[in-house]
Formats: sequence, structure tokens, C-alpha cells
Amino acid sequence: MAKHETPMLDQLESGPWPSFVSDLKAQAEKRAKNEEGINFQIPVDVVDDLLGVLELSYKHGRTHWKHGGIVGVFGYGGGVIGRYCDQPQQFPGVAHFHTMRVAQPGGKFYTTDYLRQICDIWDMRGSGITNMHGSTGDIIFLGTTTPQLEEVFFELTHNMNQDLGGSGSNLRTPADCIGQARCEYACYDTQDLCYDLTQEYQDELHRPAFPYKFKFKFDGCPNCCVASIARSDLSFIGTWKDDIKIDQEAVQAYIGGELPPNAGAHSGRDWGKFDIQKEVIDRCPTECMWMDGKTLKIDNRECTRCMHCINVMPRALRIGDERGLSILAGAKAPILDGAQMGTLIVPFIEAEAPYTKIKEEVIEPIWDWWMEEGKNRERLGELMKRQGLQRVIEVLGVDPDPRMVQEPRHNPYIFWKEEEVEGGFDRDINEFRKYHQR
Amino acid sequence: MPTVEFGGKSFNVDEDGFIDDYKNWSEEWVQYVKQQEGIDELNDEHKKVIDVLREYYEKNGIAPMVRVLSKVTGFKLKHIYELFPSGPGKGACKMAGLPKPTGCV
Repeated sequence: MAKHETPMLDQLESGPWPSFVSDLKAQAEKRAKNEEGINFQIPVDVVDDLLGVLELSYKHGRTHWKHGGIVGVFGYGGGVIGRYCDQPQQFPGVAHFHTMRVAQPGGKFYTTDYLRQICDIWDMRGSGITNMHGSTGDIIFLGTTTPQLEEVFFELTHNMNQDLGGSGSNLRTPADCIGQARCEYACYDTQDLCYDLTQEYQDELHRPAFPYKFKFKFDGCPNCCVASIARSDLSFIGTWKDDIKIDQEAVQAYIGGELPPNAGAHSGRDWGKFDIQKEVIDRCPTECMWMDGKTLKIDNRECTRCMHCINVMPRALRIGDERGLSILAGAKAPILDGAQMGTLIVPFIEAEAPYTKIKEEVIEPIWDWWMEEGKNRERLGELMKRQGLQRVIEVLGVDPDPRMVQEPRHNPYIFWKEEEVEGGFDRDINEFRKYHQR
Repeated sequence: MPTVEFGGKSFNVDEDGFIDDYKNWSEEWVQYVKQQEGIDELNDEHKKVIDVLREYYEKNGIAPMVRVLSKVTGFKLKHIYELFPSGPGKGACKMAGLPKPTGCV
């Protein structure tokens, strides 16, 4: 028998999609029965009370969590999101309901052995509820009490060799697409770079030292399966410099219908016979493709590597061999001064371990600048807006590149440095008056 | 709001153990927070961080950015964590009687 009546939540148990309500009820029942004899360290009815407070929020149309919450583990300034219910007498099981962020492995590949171990820890010391995964990538442990934070942390680190993720004004947990693990488009080892930088910058991740949060994300190609261009302050997107590799026989197999376009992604509907002219050549954004008799040709100098032709004919077209990545900076959500996506700041850079160039010539100069000049709670994208792309170029110590802008400015408010102007800025009005009367 | 008694004084605190009002701060408060925040012995460096935080807060009405705290005290962030294991926010600001840090923490 459930502890609280939940008529509104109960409606969310119908329908075909996996119901979070049914799952929570199953978990509440499992804790109540406790067939495994777990020595629960937080209230047994935490899940019942969570459903209860959620039902109350459905009724009121308002949240019932108090503002903020500052808890954590010694040595770190982040990793735990404190949360307290604003109806603790009615729902004592969720009076404390802190979230712990746990660092996830690259590409989120797991063994059941590992998952069983973290579940064992969380069943005993937390609610047993998780979020797999938070938008930034972390494994999220949803709901525990303050005294259990150090306990969970001890077990994670000592028994599982597993650290917390990031929160606060620091480097947040980096995340990547699955990359070369299972994708033929991956232009670099996203998981290796993600892991390497996560380890390199542990200090920046655990102890907030920045003006505001900062995120890394790693996409193996411009398809952006981890959405780095929209969801990270520094976005690493794989690309190549040489020619797209064409297998002309496979091209004919697509034209002949032996191979389905887009690997069969549109097979749910009849789109007619594959038409390479219509679906590939005419859709190329730079119009750099054509059929020369039975041969597909690409003018690679004009190709912007948008991935469309490769996505349509993955068996016939392959990424080039001279691979690396582009770095884009400044993506952020709307607060405060409007949403931004990443701006291209490094068109191409090699992505080979130990990634010294990426660290020393891009990441660290950007951090030095932003840490010194960034205002309180100012994202990198906002600092770029405030001080200009020109400053980024100076910080990186590179030459301005036409690829860094979509189009040149149309207003004439152009700043010059004094040394660029003959005679400098120090002028005497009396000199001027000699030639121009008042 | 819970009340804690320490050294003959009582303080109103929130769930996270932050004091309800900056004005109610006292030496006893520092001693009380010390035991919660994993600090064995208070030294002059602890005092310096607390003084800087209080001075800055009184003047500006906000807590300083981490970078400013480092610059004014001359302590690197690493050293601040050695002094205050929970860090400048949860550790030092709490001890200095400043309001609880807010935002996306």
C-alpha cells in the first residue's frame, strides 16, 4: 500500500512509453520489502515521499524544494547539489534530498559488474533513484542525506576507483560522442581526448576557481552527436583536411538500389528510388559534387565537410586521412545576454596524444584570459561578446582568419590600435587650427 | 529554523549550517563552525581569510570571487583548501558569517 495517494501521477502509468511513475513505485515497494536485507542509511520510504511531494507539486503547480543548498565533501568545492523539501513534516523521507554527480566513462560504456556495484552503494546509502545521465554527462545519484555524502564518496573512491563529477563555477564533467568505439565517421579518438583532459584538469573540475562554469565536449565529426557546438564553452569537433574517399563501386550500388541511402534511416516511408542527383549532388551546400558519366566527383577544395554526402552514402564515401579537429568557443544558454552557439576559433588542430598543443596553445590561454578578465558569473561566450573576437585571436596568438567569421562587419565602428595609425593619437589642436579657422 | 548553542551563545542556522544573519556573527561562531568544517586548529591564516571575506562583504555587499580572495590574501586556491577543506564557499564564507552562496552550484 502506497504511503501517499497519487491520483495524478497514477495517470502517467498508462501509455506506451516507460513510465517513471511505475519505476518509482516499483523502487518504493522494493525498499519496503527489503528482501535483500539492506541496512538502509536514509529513510526507507524516501521514494514514497518523493512521489508524495511530486503529487503535491502537480496539485499546486509549484515546486516544493527550498532554495539552493550548500553541501559537499571535504577537499572538493563541488560535485553535490544540496536540496531540502519545503514540507519536511509531511514528507520527512525527502527532508534532505541531495544529488550527487558521479563522473561517467567516455561514451557511457559500462559493464554490468560496475553498474551493480554502484547500485549496491546507492541502494544502501541513497534513495536508489538515479538519472542516467545528467545532460552534462554525469551519472546522477538522486536523493540522499548530508551524513551519507562522505560515506558514498569514500566507497566510490576506495572501493570503485570512481570520482565525483563537477558542479559550481568550475570545469564541469566533460562528455564525448562514442567516437571511434563504434563510428566510422570519427575523425579523432573522442574518448581518449575526453579522458585525457578530464584527468589533466581534475583540479579545475573539483575546486571552483573560475568566474563561472565551463564545459568541454568532444564530437568526432560535424554531426555533433554530443551537441558540443551548443552545450559546451569549448567545443571540439573532428574534421579532416584532405579528400573524401570515394568507393565508386559502392556509389553504383547505391544508385542501383543494392544499398539503402542513409543506412536505411528513412525506410519507414516510401521516398521512391534513390536519386543521387536529387538527394546528394543537389543538396551539397557548396555544389562541389557532380557525376562524370558513372563516376562521382568531388571538388574537395570547395567542400565544407558538412557530412551530408557521407551520411547518405556511408558505404561509398569516407572521411579523409589527414584528421584533426576544430575548436569552437562560447556556446551557452540564454541567461544573461542571449543564447550562443560556439564560434570557430581554431579551424584545424592535430588531435594526437598527449594533446600538448591543444592544452598549451588553446585551453590554457583561454582560461588565463577568462579567469583574469571574466566578470563574476560571466560565461566565456559573454566575455567574447564584451571584449570581442579580436581579443580571442590575440589571446591565442594567431592571425585573424576569414574562417572565423560568417561575414565581415557591416558597421564602420572600427577600432585601430595607436601603433597602427601613422602619427599616433596624440594631436595638438593648435596645429590643426593653423590650417582650419574656427 | 534550527538553533545551535555554543560557548554560551545561540545562533539561528539553516539546514546547511549557515548563520541566518551576518550581524549575529561572533568569535564563538567561528569556534562552532571550526568543528563542523574539518579544521583542527585555527591559525593566523584562517583569520586572515575570514577578515578579508568580512571586510569585502561589508564594503561590497557580496562575497568576493575566488580569484579576488586569492589575490588579496596572497593564498593560492590550493592553500585555501588546505585551510578550509570544504573550500572558500562552504568553508570560509560559512565561518565568516556570510550568506550562503547561491546560483547553479
